Amino acid sequence: MTSLPALPTAKKLGLVIDLDVCVGCHACVVNCKEWNTGGYGAALSDQKPYGADVSGAWLNRVHSFEVVPEGGEVVGEAGEARIVHFPKSCLHCEDAPCVTVCPTGASYKRAEDGIVLVDEEKCIGCGLCAWSCPYGAREMDLAAGVMKKCTLCIDRIYNETIEEVDRQPACVRTCPANARHFGDLGDPSSVVSVMVAERGGIDLMPEQGTRPVNKYLPPRPRTSLAACASQMAKGEDTSGATGFFAWLDGMLDRI
Amino acid sequence: MHPAASIIAFTVLSGLGYGLAAILGLGLLDPAAVATKVAHIAALGLIAGGLLSSTLHLGNPQRAWRAFSQWRSSWLSREGVLSVLAFVPLTVSAWLCVIEGRYWAPIGLVGSVLSLATVFCTSMIYASLKSVQAWHSRLTTFCYLLFALAGGALLGSAFGVAGGGSASLLLFFVLVLLIAAWAVKITWLRNLDSLQPLSTPESATGLGTIGRVRLFERPHVTENYLTNEMGFRVARKHAAKLRKLALLLGGLLPGALVFLVMAALLAGAETGAVAILALVAAVLSHVVGMLTERWLFFAEARHAVMNYYGG
Repeated sequence: MTSLPALPTAKKLGLVIDLDVCVGCHACVVNCKEWNTGGYGAALSDQKPYGADVSGAWLNRVHSFEVVPEGGEVVGEAGEARIVHFPKSCLHCEDAPCVTVCPTGASYKRAEDGIVLVDEEKCIGCGLCAWSCPYGAREMDLAAGVMKKCTLCIDRIYNETIEEVDRQPACVRTCPANARHFGDLGDPSSVVSVMVAERGGIDLMPEQGTRPVNKYLPPRPRTSLAACASQMAKGEDTSGATGFFAWLDGMLDRI
Repeated sequence: MHPAASIIAFTVLSGLGYGLAAILGLGLLDPAAVATKVAHIAALGLIAGGLLSSTLHLGNPQRAWRAFSQWRSSWLSREGVLSVLAFVPLTVSAWLCVIEGRYWAPIGLVGSVLSLATVFCTSMIYASLKSVQAWHSRLTTFCYLLFALAGGALLGSAFGVAGGGSASLLLFFVLVLLIAAWAVKITWLRNLDSLQPLSTPESATGLGTIGRVRLFERPHVTENYLTNEMGFRVARKHAAKLRKLALLLGGLLPGALVFLVMAALLAGAETGAVAILALVAAVLSHVVGMLTERWLFFAEARHAVMNYYGG
């Protein structure tokens, strides 16, 4: 049934993505594809993989944005432009429009943990769910003709045949910068919920009314170049030196 | 949004078919006339052809029957269910007219209501999508309904004149419906032109608190499903010209032809080959105009996901 769960799900499994930490290496993108192309359902196909016009279905992509503060067009004048790497996968929304538009019942949100999934056996590949998603979280597998999306690695997180440390989404497990975190955002005492509360985690496009479960931690304020300049002079200040280094400093001065 | 040929053909053809079916259900045409019998078959053919073409864009059309199951939440499913339900009274009406040469109001009116209800569901598939701001409007629904009715009445009047009946009343309806449909559509276009984007790159990334957000690099250098499906831009280059063309072929030209035929009939002229030819030309022009209008409907609409792709 493609109606959403009648009550808000108590458990809200999801991701917290730290935009301050992400270095844009795309390891999560690659490991996501690697894990999800070989497990359940249709493989994540590529079209013309060795041609000039290569494309394919990916469930997680990293975009890079330039953010320019007001008056920051000229370097050093008023804040600096900065690059923010921006990983994006399904946000497992509480009011997921992709679920209710599905005509076949293939698209559904689990009542037990809030994960939004596609039953590929029922999917007719009409693409309406991808249209309804403002985030671009769903991509059609053009070889199999069914819709693919992030499953939050449901075949890892509950998988008792793999080691406990691996029971997290592939993207989280692989991130070398620890920019991605997985947990229950419905539990206010969980690590991810505390992180969101402390860092002021935000929703993407709240105006779309989708109430996403995944949260993004905004980049921390950055020290401006001008503020760093005063520290540069300290490089040649030896007035605090004592012992061997004070002696060496004196000797080298004299030579 | 990418204007898929199969969906454009579906919405135009089935819209015309349901419009014609709705007009036939009102019993304005002489059920004994051969032309009316042909009109019933044409309506069913247009609807069936439209529905079949809509399955062409599916990834797995062999499972299309599953789309009848989610009528409680999905407008696409409701459209599927109603399109099948509508076939029942429409087929009965067609049988009564074609075989027995008579019109029975109760079944005819049920057919009209279900036909319009199906077009309503089609329009709601688009109007319910908040992610495509241009479509997310009540006016979208009125556009679909009025264009279906105007096209149907126009086609109906052509069959009416061909059947030798007095079609002046129907021709008058055609003019009223064409004017109403285009009045709503022009308002819809004005709204589109003055749209303040609901979502922006700033709200899409949450980085608006730091400053202005501009795409620096896409995730991949080549196009993907999302940019192909949601990021269509060719139409914007010629949008102004195509809009005028749609209005000319879909409204002004058929309207003028209908007016001339109506004026001639009211002046006491006999219905003849010239009137029929003029109305057939009006129908063909209207269909081409509607195909243009529908193409623009998709091609001009911007999807919220383009905030992530710099489009």
